[in-house]
Amino acid sequence: MNARDVILARVRAATEGAPPVEIPRDYRGPAPASQTASPELAELVADRIRHYKADVHVVDEAGVAAVVAEALAGRGAGRFVVPEGFPREWLPPEGFEWVGDEPELTASDLDAVDGIVTTCAVAVAETGTIVLDAGPGQGRRALTLVPDFHLCVVRPEQVVAGVPDAVARLDPARPLTWISGPSATSDIELNRVEGVHGPRTLVVVLVR
Amino acid sequence: MTSTFLGMPGTVSMMGYSGKEGFPDNAAKAVRNSQLRFNLRKATGTIRERRASVVAELPDWQGLRQAGKAIKDHTLRDLDAYLVQLEEAVTEAGGHVHWARDAAEANRIVTGLVKATGETQVVKVKSMATQEIGLNEALHDAGITAYETDLAELIVQLGDDWPSHILVPAIHRNRSEIREIFVRHMAEWGRPAPETLTDDPAALAEAARLHLRERFLSTKVAISGANFMIAETGTLVVLESEGNGRMCLTLPETLISVVGIEKLLPTWRDLEVFLQLLPRSSTGERMNPYTSMWTGATEGQEFHLVLLDNGRTDVLADKVGRQALRCIRCSACLNVCPVYERAGGHAYGSVYPGPIGAILTPQLRGMGTELDRSLPFASSLCGACYEVCPVAIDIPTVLVELRARARHGVAERAGMAAAGWVFKRSGRLARAQRMGGRMRRLVPKRLPGPLGGWTDTRDVPAIPKESFRDWWTRTDGGNR
Ligand code: SF4
Repeated sequence: MNARDVILARVRAATEGAPPVEIPRDYRGPAPASQTASPELAELVADRIRHYKADVHVVDEAGVAAVVAEALAGRGAGRFVVPEGFPREWLPPEGFEWVGDEPELTASDLDAVDGIVTTCAVAVAETGTIVLDAGPGQGRRALTLVPDFHLCVVRPEQVVAGVPDAVARLDPARPLTWISGPSATSDIELNRVEGVHGPRTLVVVLVR
Repeated sequence: MTSTFLGMPGTVSMMGYSGKEGFPDNAAKAVRNSQLRFNLRKATGTIRERRASVVAELPDWQGLRQAGKAIKDHTLRDLDAYLVQLEEAVTEAGGHVHWARDAAEANRIVTGLVKATGETQVVKVKSMATQEIGLNEALHDAGITAYETDLAELIVQLGDDWPSHILVPAIHRNRSEIREIFVRHMAEWGRPAPETLTDDPAALAEAARLHLRERFLSTKVAISGANFMIAETGTLVVLESEGNGRMCLTLPETLISVVGIEKLLPTWRDLEVFLQLLPRSSTGERMNPYTSMWTGATEGQEFHLVLLDNGRTDVLADKVGRQALRCIRCSACLNVCPVYERAGGHAYGSVYPGPIGAILTPQLRGMGTELDRSLPFASSLCGACYEVCPVAIDIPTVLVELRARARHGVAERAGMAAAGWVFKRSGRLARAQRMGGRMRRLVPKRLPGPLGGWTDTRDVPAIPKESFRDWWTRTDGGNR
């Protein structure tokens, strides 16, 4: 027998006669689809993301470009990656150089840019998390990893209440990255210290 | 099953601890290290508070906990079917699935896969499974250097040390010790530490960032574990903080994940439970900074999944002990354990320390050595571990069960047999009690011979002049 068959046979022998197990789901599940974004959720998500020491801005759609300009200028006006599908109207009209990922940027290219701007797939209010699924405006996973600065714009309808809502909305066939604050470590005396290998600055722009 | 290897061979000396000495000797040594005790108390105290506050925030925590427990039990009951389903889904998504009966087989598979790429360097994300099988050593023997990239693992690797905690392997080190290790050893492994390095945690994190940056950008092969695998979709899930996990999972051309067969969950939806239970229980955060999920070969990567048994099916066969396979390695039970807090992780002589280690190690490795026999006794049975466990593993019950199975010492067995004989008849008991009462001044503080072990850690109880029964008979229940 090969290793596969041996292991499966061992599992069968080990579990023989064990009774079936029902799964009680006695917890808050996803909210009904009809329930849409509320001001409370918007406030909660802003609060929870701030808690991780990310910069959070809440603006009207018309004000996005101005906030983006301000945040990027703080990095010293420079070169920023803009993935395919990122709304042009959210970009400041001048003062910055936009870099596309076509042809694909190498890791060293990414290391040399000043940052990246993206959209997201879902934001989770209760945990202060944004989730990227490599969809339009987000690009490959490496784009939001190697540069030291990440700015993410979240639309109101993308904000959900809790983890079950996010899981229900996401597609497991896509590569997913859940981001809760800038990169951090708890490895030194079990205290959270921001800034290790991922982007050390995370800016989240929440559209009202 | 006594030969199952858990990263720290029971008979080889490890940091002054060896399989020949039991947990009590190891613990006694550790307790004399006051720096270690101080570091542990500080770290576990902090994390306990944080965990308690984020758990209290969720009104449905107990519901999630019961669901987590049941999902794991349900999966284990039908593990064969779910493993096959997972294999199909991963293969369908362009990944390759390998099966490893034991540590040696897993190491052989991984070494072969790395060699096939022609590379001699790999980057690694922290993974209990690869520590358990001693993968780094096996790769080293094959001429392949494995670079640990998790900050705590880096501290352990640079310091030529052993991990002492599931989540924070260098929990036994404080910031100034970490600075020392960086300054002394970083140069041996790559970019040296900056000369002006201070022991400010932010500066230490920055040093790690610089040290590993180039390596991440250039290494072609990565090795990881996984926190969860989804049978339904073939998705693997890795939770982390620093971004080193994302670096390893995303940048290299080839990704090899070594995962224990018990890490399976049946459906995508089940993540809604575990993504709430794990971060809050482990680092005491609402969510860890980064979680990566990928299905099969992603974004042009070559993907291999190595499914590891290494004693797990033996544990599965044990009706009481199998609940240990529910463990999601959050480390909450370590952080609340009064024994762990004082003895530290190394005393357990396994990559799995603390309460979960005390039940998992002897089950995986068998109870062949003094150390492994003594592990089920490394507990005061206070039950704190059970209370915090997000998948409700009843650690005290498993400990008691394993204690009953451990071979007891000669003196203890003789003593218990004698006590059994005395207690069996009330006449015998009365005579023994009267004799004890008369001779009570002769009982020494420390019992002689093999019985001395008992009094090393306890006082001999004072023997009363008269037994309760005799007093009752003499005074008619206090009326005379
Ligand atoms: S036994 Fe429970 S508390 Fe301990 S590490 Fe495992 S899941 Fe966490």
